[in-house]
Amino acid sequence: MENLTLTIDGKQVTVPKGSTILQAAKSAGIHIPTLCYLENVHAIGACRVCLVEIEGARGLVASCVYPASEGLVVKTNTPRVRSARRAVVELMLSAHRQECTICGRSLNCELQAVSRQLGIDKSRFEGAMPKATLDLSSPSVVRDSSKCILCRRCVTVCHQVQSVGALFPVERGFDTAVVPALRKELSEVACVNCGQCITVCPVNALYEKDSTEAVWKALADPTKHVVVQTAPAVRVAIGEEFGMAPGTRVTGKMVTALRQMGFDKVFDTDFSADLTIMEEGHELLHRLQNGGVLPMTTSCSPGWIKFIEHFYPQLLPHVSSCKSPQQMFGALAKTYYAEKMGLKPEDVYVVSIMPCTAKKYEAGREEMSATNAGPDIDAVLTTREAAKMIREMGMDFTSLPDGQFDDPLGISTGAAVIFGATGGVMEAALRTVYEVVTGQTLENVNLTDVRGLEGVKEATVKVGDLDVKVAVASGLSNARKLMDKVVAGEADYHFIEIMCCPGGCLGGGGQPIPTTNEIRLARMKGIYDEDEAMTIRKSHENPAVIALYEEFLTKPLSHKSHELLHTHYTKRQKYPAAGSCECEKVEELVK
Amino acid sequence: MSTHTCECEEKAQQVAADEKERYEKLDKIIETCKGQKGVLIQVLHQAQELFGWLPEDVQIKVAEGLNVPISEVNGVITFYSFFNTVPRGEHTIRVCLGTACYVRGGKQVLEQFEKELKVAVGGTTENRKFSLEVNRCVGACGLAPVVTVGADIYRRVKLDKIPGIIAKYTNGRS
Repeated sequence: MENLTLTIDGKQVTVPKGSTILQAAKSAGIHIPTLCYLENVHAIGACRVCLVEIEGARGLVASCVYPASEGLVVKTNTPRVRSARRAVVELMLSAHRQECTICGRSLNCELQAVSRQLGIDKSRFEGAMPKATLDLSSPSVVRDSSKCILCRRCVTVCHQVQSVGALFPVERGFDTAVVPALRKELSEVACVNCGQCITVCPVNALYEKDSTEAVWKALADPTKHVVVQTAPAVRVAIGEEFGMAPGTRVTGKMVTALRQMGFDKVFDTDFSADLTIMEEGHELLHRLQNGGVLPMTTSCSPGWIKFIEHFYPQLLPHVSSCKSPQQMFGALAKTYYAEKMGLKPEDVYVVSIMPCTAKKYEAGREEMSATNAGPDIDAVLTTREAAKMIREMGMDFTSLPDGQFDDPLGISTGAAVIFGATGGVMEAALRTVYEVVTGQTLENVNLTDVRGLEGVKEATVKVGDLDVKVAVASGLSNARKLMDKVVAGEADYHFIEIMCCPGGCLGGGGQPIPTTNEIRLARMKGIYDEDEAMTIRKSHENPAVIALYEEFLTKPLSHKSHELLHTHYTKRQKYPAAGSCECEKVEELVK
Repeated sequence: MSTHTCECEEKAQQVAADEKERYEKLDKIIETCKGQKGVLIQVLHQAQELFGWLPEDVQIKVAEGLNVPISEVNGVITFYSFFNTVPRGEHTIRVCLGTACYVRGGKQVLEQFEKELKVAVGGTTENRKFSLEVNRCVGACGLAPVVTVGADIYRRVKLDKIPGIIAKYTNGRS
């Protein structure tokens, strides 16, 4: 690659052609403050915090978008630059509802951080505040425009990364606002609830709908038997909330924390992930042997499910009828487990801790009720919310001793834990399908072809006489590529795994903020290490799952399984109903 | 006579037929632009010419036809003041407030229109006859102050000429 040399703060810097000033500075160890910029995702020069001075240029330029060129002389730290950056941030603050002490992002807010970094200790500008909207309509994502600084990261992620396009800026100048399509409420537009907008929001303009209050209340209710399940991706990320390195495996500490919090039983979604493999693996075999609709796609990611319901409703027969592990767990907790314990289903309160905001929506889907006792899952906490509750308990998380999950819904295998990474469900399914079909032991259980952060992965696996062609996508724009192939009749795969969020659940919308590719890879390593550390690594060898079939379900795809563990989907509109509301309905002035 | 349809029914049928025709024309506009890059604004422009404004149904049709998210279509429409998201009157009266027109009484002309029509700038009269807007120079400064009604141009408009201009468009169907 061709290089060029420029001078930054008196330092000669050589960088590849096509680099921006910001990248060049970074490579030379010079730190330029940024706010709207998001590496690999978003560089539009909107916020003007990264302004620098260029010799011979009239105005200051935004270094995140300004291309480096041969001989350019750049100064990143002059009185003029500092004063401009300060003014920019002070203006932003003047239109930002400042309530830092009680804000959900306090101490993890990029506006707060940059303001501190620039030494802003007073605000010179006071004046009108933009009209504010608090949109509580979605079961997953809350929008509070009084905090929004119009960086547009959420817009880029929603459109480019997820290809959903639910949010966009409307109007101009002081009236500019980032809103759901046609200024509807979020619940009225084709939003998939993935929460990727939340993970990139530098402030608290987007956050999850709170469930902590409901859980505290249930924990304090002596008539309730409160159980909790934890998703695979939570155990390699929640430590970050307590200052631990990304990817640190804190399974045992997490179990101890939850037990101390007062949960009657601490269970594991990994148990029902193993069960998902049993059901989904057999569904795939059934489809293969009986001329069923192929390729079959996975169904564990609720953001993906809502995406296909809105954008490819004609492809719904391709989706596995299996409920997600969260919902399989809920259905069993209120039937199998309640019976075993001699409890009434309505007295069992089921909480899930998920790396995901869409799980909140999934739990509320009307078909997700196996008994007459209301929803199977009573409350869904994100990883962040669980950490918030642990903090509230005053626990020193990092020094907690390791605890063990409870029996029987806490017993799991390595195949289940890898559900948390893109490619994991595929790998786990193939480990089981291979042995079920061939009757032989799979010696090398590691299917590395489907691992890693790449958006679309393909592999062919020999299972007996059949070459099983599989594809794996994470991030909905990648899912879209595969679905367009299916629509065009160009997809000769048998099985497709789709995860809504880039990298899979470990990069979910409910995970600690920030989530970068570096952090995704660290969490991914944690997940595969956890798998390696398990004695059993194939779902069909899970003793608790075997017992469940013997005692209760009889066999995979049995009548009872269908009743409790399988579901159906709904065709949804891509566009909101026209004319149903204009902005008035949503506008709720925040005092 | 029983076969005779009343006038209002006839009118409603005519309105529905006109609407159907407009949507057919919109389909054709979208068809010719489909697949090309950067055609959104052009299509919206033509759509507005057709409908007089851009109702949500039209926005959705454009979004679907050009394969652009509806949020983006709406974002573009609300960014440019040229596009209307509220129904427009049959006739759009634009009073020029460019420098020349302004100093020659454009502002007073505008105020007089507001008074006569009982509507503020950007609004539409109750009978949907007129919408009132401001122009920023039409390039005919020698004729200042200039008022345009649709494609008609009125030059050196004095306050006492205003009722006459309005009356010209008030009677009859057009």
